[in-house]
Amino acid sequence: MSLDWTRHLVLVPVLLPLLCGALLAPLTQGRHGLKFAASYGSALLLLVNALALVYFSDGPWSGSVGVYLAANWAAPFGIALVADRLSSMMLVLTAILALCALHYAQPRWSRIGVHFHSLFQFLLMGINGAFLTHDLFNLFVFFEVMLAASYGLVLHGYNVARLRASMQYIAVNLVAALLFLIGVAMIYATTGTLNMADLAARAPSLAGPEAGLLRTGVTVLALAFLVKCAMWPLGFWLPTTYSAASPPVAVMLVLMTKVGAYVILRIWLLVFGQDAGPAAHFGYGALLWGGMATIVFGAAGMLATDTAGRMAGYAATVSSGTLLAVIGYGEPLLVTAGLYYYLASTIAIAAFVLLIELVDRIRTPGAAMLALTMEAYAVEDMPAEPKGKGVPAAMAFLSLAFAACALTIAGLPPLSGFVAKFGMFHALLQPRVDGTSIGPMGWSLMALIILSGLVAIVSLMRFGVRTFWATEIVGPPRMHTAEVMPVAALLAASVVLTIQAQPVFSYLERMAADIHRPQLYIDAVLGAQPVPGPTAQEVTP
Amino acid sequence: MEAALAIAIGIVFGSGIWLILRPRSFQVLIGLMLMSYAVNLFIFSMGRLSVDRPPLTPAGTTPDPALLADPVPQALVLTAIVIGFATTALYLVVMIGARGLTGTDHVDGEEPEE
Repeated sequence: MSLDWTRHLVLVPVLLPLLCGALLAPLTQGRHGLKFAASYGSALLLLVNALALVYFSDGPWSGSVGVYLAANWAAPFGIALVADRLSSMMLVLTAILALCALHYAQPRWSRIGVHFHSLFQFLLMGINGAFLTHDLFNLFVFFEVMLAASYGLVLHGYNVARLRASMQYIAVNLVAALLFLIGVAMIYATTGTLNMADLAARAPSLAGPEAGLLRTGVTVLALAFLVKCAMWPLGFWLPTTYSAASPPVAVMLVLMTKVGAYVILRIWLLVFGQDAGPAAHFGYGALLWGGMATIVFGAAGMLATDTAGRMAGYAATVSSGTLLAVIGYGEPLLVTAGLYYYLASTIAIAAFVLLIELVDRIRTPGAAMLALTMEAYAVEDMPAEPKGKGVPAAMAFLSLAFAACALTIAGLPPLSGFVAKFGMFHALLQPRVDGTSIGPMGWSLMALIILSGLVAIVSLMRFGVRTFWATEIVGPPRMHTAEVMPVAALLAASVVLTIQAQPVFSYLERMAADIHRPQLYIDAVLGAQPVPGPTAQEVTP
Repeated sequence: MEAALAIAIGIVFGSGIWLILRPRSFQVLIGLMLMSYAVNLFIFSMGRLSVDRPPLTPAGTTPDPALLADPVPQALVLTAIVIGFATTALYLVVMIGARGLTGTDHVDGEEPEE
């Protein structure tokens, strides 16, 4: 008896980028075409694989969960990789953003450093692993893989601004990693397990000081993720790092903030969900308040800054804050809308960070910047101009794309940001699970979401007016088709998300139902049977 | 034994925190290293402290958990040490790069104005 072949797909998102990155590492200067082809091919396969996982986890697999037992060790003892609806959707999002970032980096950014593509593949491996793994310590390892690759990528295209930003970024994340370890150690000390399903099964039975220690442990662990998703007051590193990083890397950083929110959503609902006995709903208030403070901080930052890069950073902060507040509010219906917001805002902010560099070229002609880059890094085979044809109607494209990003980030109709916010308000106004209606916290959350949208539209419009209606425009910017395509693709994804809101919402509803009823999930993981070894007759010829 | 170890971890960790709040990048680096040592000891102690107990079972016997040390925290510590080493080395490289490019070892990349 062997494992059903579909289960092996769960391992592919980790294995494929690892192999691809390792094979690309020995290639040094040159061979840009080959490196790009390998890297892009790997990302395409990841997208296909992720779509397959979405399909399998939405029906054919029993319990909607695909479990892969690494090295065939049974669940609480070995490491289990688990693909359920939530993980599969995250993998699709990762693959789409990775394709766009690689496409954008192809004409220019990937050529100014030697190991861009290997680092990028290792980053993908870390992110995918963090979405799939079901073991807390393994989660730490994947987080470190992801972070180590991101340190290299933030430094990609080495200049003083990037060095300063990454000094802070690395120091903050190293401290966060230590908090992560302390949290994991405390959880192990109280429950004796690192498997999330086993942890969720054991947590409700703890009592007295043990239960208190577990809560402390999970809180310390959560701090590490809250640093990642930039909850106030842990997120001061974010705008500096975002604005310093090169655009394709910034796209992946936007996603990495969301990895933090994903882990909070998963662990919190598993350990402190409604079935958790006395510990149920522990810490929801802190997440709600923290999320709301983050929205205020991000909105104030958006108003105060006048550089587009920092504005994108603060927009990402607002988006994380909204997600945390949504998780902390603790209503399954709201989580559904929050997941839609997660998709819509990640895609919109990713498109925005790519667009920023193209918009900047209106003011600084590309040639001058390129010459400077070549001089600074002594790259000889850099093309003097981006290769390929220029794009017609560049200004029209840029301004329309900017308007679309601004509308989505601010949550105005007709794009997906509006659908997301409308969904959240609708969910907030419904009666809650315990029968009460929307209280003062719900009203203030709603007011803050509206206010942050207003602030976003004011500051983005101010930037747009100064950029597109300015008189000192030097000339139409030079853009490569490969740089325009990913922005267009992300905006198209946003439009698709709006038009197909109904099926997406019903899928997300099933997902939210899954994560609020962890029992099915716990049973699937702990009940996964290892493949039996060969018997004596089979071994002897 | 528990109290002595707890106090020692606390002192090392506290020194680390003080150092990472200092303005020079080398102090920050040493602070991070001290903190990671303290955390490694902390993980180790989470398997409960014991003396003269092997973490591995001899072949062919039925193991009695009461006579053995918990092997999981020891395995975790090994991984944590390796990862901590790698990331600290990486930080060191960035630090040297920053020193070369900005001409100062201040963590902000520029000297504060007097």
